[in-house]
Amino acid sequence: MSAALKMDPAAPLVRARDLSVRFVNRDTTVHAVNGVDLDLAQGEVLCLLGESGSGKSVTLRALMKLLPKQAKVGGSIEVAGRDVQAMSERQLADFRGGDVAMIFQEPMTALDPVFTIGRQIAEAVQRHEGASRSAADARALELLELVQIPSAKRRLAAYPHELSGGLRQRAMIAVALACKPKLLLADEPTTALDATVQIQVLLLLRELQEKLGMGVIFVTHDLGVAGEIADRVAVMYAGRVVEEGPVGPFMAGPLHPYPQGLLGATVHGGMRGKRLTTIPGAPPSLEKLPEACSFAPRCPIAEPACQQGVPEARPMGPGRMARCIRAVAP
Amino acid sequence: MVASPEDMTQLTQAPDRGGPAQPLLEVRGLVKHFPIRGGLFGRQVAVVRAVDGVDLTIRKGETLGIVGESGCGKSTTARLLMRLLDPDAGEMVFDGESVGGNDQAGGIALRDYRRQVQMVFQDSYASLNPRLTIEETIAFAPKVHGVSPTEARERSHDLLAAVGLAPAQFARRYPHELSGGQRQRINIARALALQPRLVILDEPVSALDKSVEAQVLNLLMDLKEKFGLTYAFISHDLNVVQYISDRVLVMYLGKVAETGPVEEIYDRPAHPYTRALLASRPSMDPSKRRTEPPLTGDPPNPVNPPSGCRFRTRCPMAEAVCAEREPPSAHLTAGHEAACHAVMPGSGHGAAPRIAA
Repeated sequence: MSAALKMDPAAPLVRARDLSVRFVNRDTTVHAVNGVDLDLAQGEVLCLLGESGSGKSVTLRALMKLLPKQAKVGGSIEVAGRDVQAMSERQLADFRGGDVAMIFQEPMTALDPVFTIGRQIAEAVQRHEGASRSAADARALELLELVQIPSAKRRLAAYPHELSGGLRQRAMIAVALACKPKLLLADEPTTALDATVQIQVLLLLRELQEKLGMGVIFVTHDLGVAGEIADRVAVMYAGRVVEEGPVGPFMAGPLHPYPQGLLGATVHGGMRGKRLTTIPGAPPSLEKLPEACSFAPRCPIAEPACQQGVPEARPMGPGRMARCIRAVAP
Repeated sequence: MVASPEDMTQLTQAPDRGGPAQPLLEVRGLVKHFPIRGGLFGRQVAVVRAVDGVDLTIRKGETLGIVGESGCGKSTTARLLMRLLDPDAGEMVFDGESVGGNDQAGGIALRDYRRQVQMVFQDSYASLNPRLTIEETIAFAPKVHGVSPTEARERSHDLLAAVGLAPAQFARRYPHELSGGQRQRINIARALALQPRLVILDEPVSALDKSVEAQVLNLLMDLKEKFGLTYAFISHDLNVVQYISDRVLVMYLGKVAETGPVEEIYDRPAHPYTRALLASRPSMDPSKRRTEPPLTGDPPNPVNPPSGCRFRTRCPMAEAVCAEREPPSAHLTAGHEAACHAVMPGSGHGAAPRIAA
């Protein structure tokens, strides 16, 4: 709590400027993220929306400095007022799990199979808060109740493989929340879940976010999930944010042709018998840094000017932005 | 087997036998249990009731959507329909002929059945041979069935064009050189190479990005018309199933919960599980967010399914009768059936309609 009190409440929780990530090896360089600016207010939920290869998960990992060594990260990242890039390994160990926590798509690989759920939660509490073993165990029980795991007391002694998919996902959320992080990074946490379980986990995350006042960055490829949980949406394409804005106006009418196409291609009720609109072609290879609008080759409204340089981020009404020279403010 | 000269050059869709009213595939009482072995001598310690008495009908020219959550047995059903697995019980009738027949009993032999029924899997990479080029992959089955190599190659080029991949550009490539959407197109082309009548699609678009998913769905609709196909479309995505299906089958823990025409299922769902499934879809409208999840908990383990109605442990309407007896299918309107005591007249459930005097 002390760090939170020192912060100006109006200060952004996350501030990334011109973030870039390149994966370099002997043969190739992949430009995964190419100049992303991100702001997240405290207690806000931002959805990073994009297809595979758009750079959304890489961006998320960069915020926690979780990328491997061959990744060249550029630009500045500030989380809770601290420069993530400048942190030492020791500082990072305090930072990860303390100020920032992450949840993943596959809980079975994120949880340790040889420790009980209770032990894994208590370990985080002991490590970060210096609590005694018994205090940490008591906290673990509280957390399992917080994430609404039925018969929590019995489940403390369970190993990850003994839980069903939905409960495992809840247990992973409990581990992440163990030290009341200010920022929760969620990488497609509901993608692998069944429909009836996915909605439970989404509602749980929203409830916990409101209760604990966390900021959340939620990576997803599913527009429906974004509609269910986001305050603000940032759409990524080829390593750049191409549109950003509050979720309501965005869902009602995206401004950039890529999210427009994505919304048209997403099957929902009442489309039966109609032909689906598609986005022709495939995303570009990122082995060369895109020098023009990356979406232009697939864009229905592209014009010669689109080939001249990367489009600037243009403000489009309250809180909205689009990187498209042809976008018009609503 | 020596193929006649006509067979060498032609491989056409098998003719219709039973007429339009005869369902293409009719399945009754399909059962598949998987034993779990353990202990010192590998004794059978439990059994997974993956598919436990499924009846289904696929009519000619329609798309039957099969939906359900993981563990409901939809993929096992697909493999049983394709006869990649042998059912423990149940009978399958393909266009009037019993499947797996022999000369004495009559019916259709598995080899002929498999030529008329083909399958597309979810994992587009795992289902392609990494050492074969695209054209070799597609030409493989026709060659096995006696088509000459040149003819089979020409045919694979035609199919590549039909699934929207330029043969000159793609025929010589290997699976790892293609994107996920392109690989799924190859799988579809391969499934069509034997001119099948029924194509079983097991989550064909689940691993694809949304923009590619739409391309593949459009392609499936086009091919169905062009080649006169019938589809069994298995998916966990209710929106996709609504889009593509004529009739829908909802499965829960190895049983059919509800089946009916797509409009009936989506507009007037009768089974509480179908209602919960439909209500679990995230809304695209942030102003209409839900606050309560329609169901709590996960689907139970199919090893020890609950007694009576299998959904009763999560059902908001469960009563004593649901634990005692398994609900039979109640006929609601033409072709719309639900296995639920609450809609079965005289079942003893509080919400059940009265039997008309």
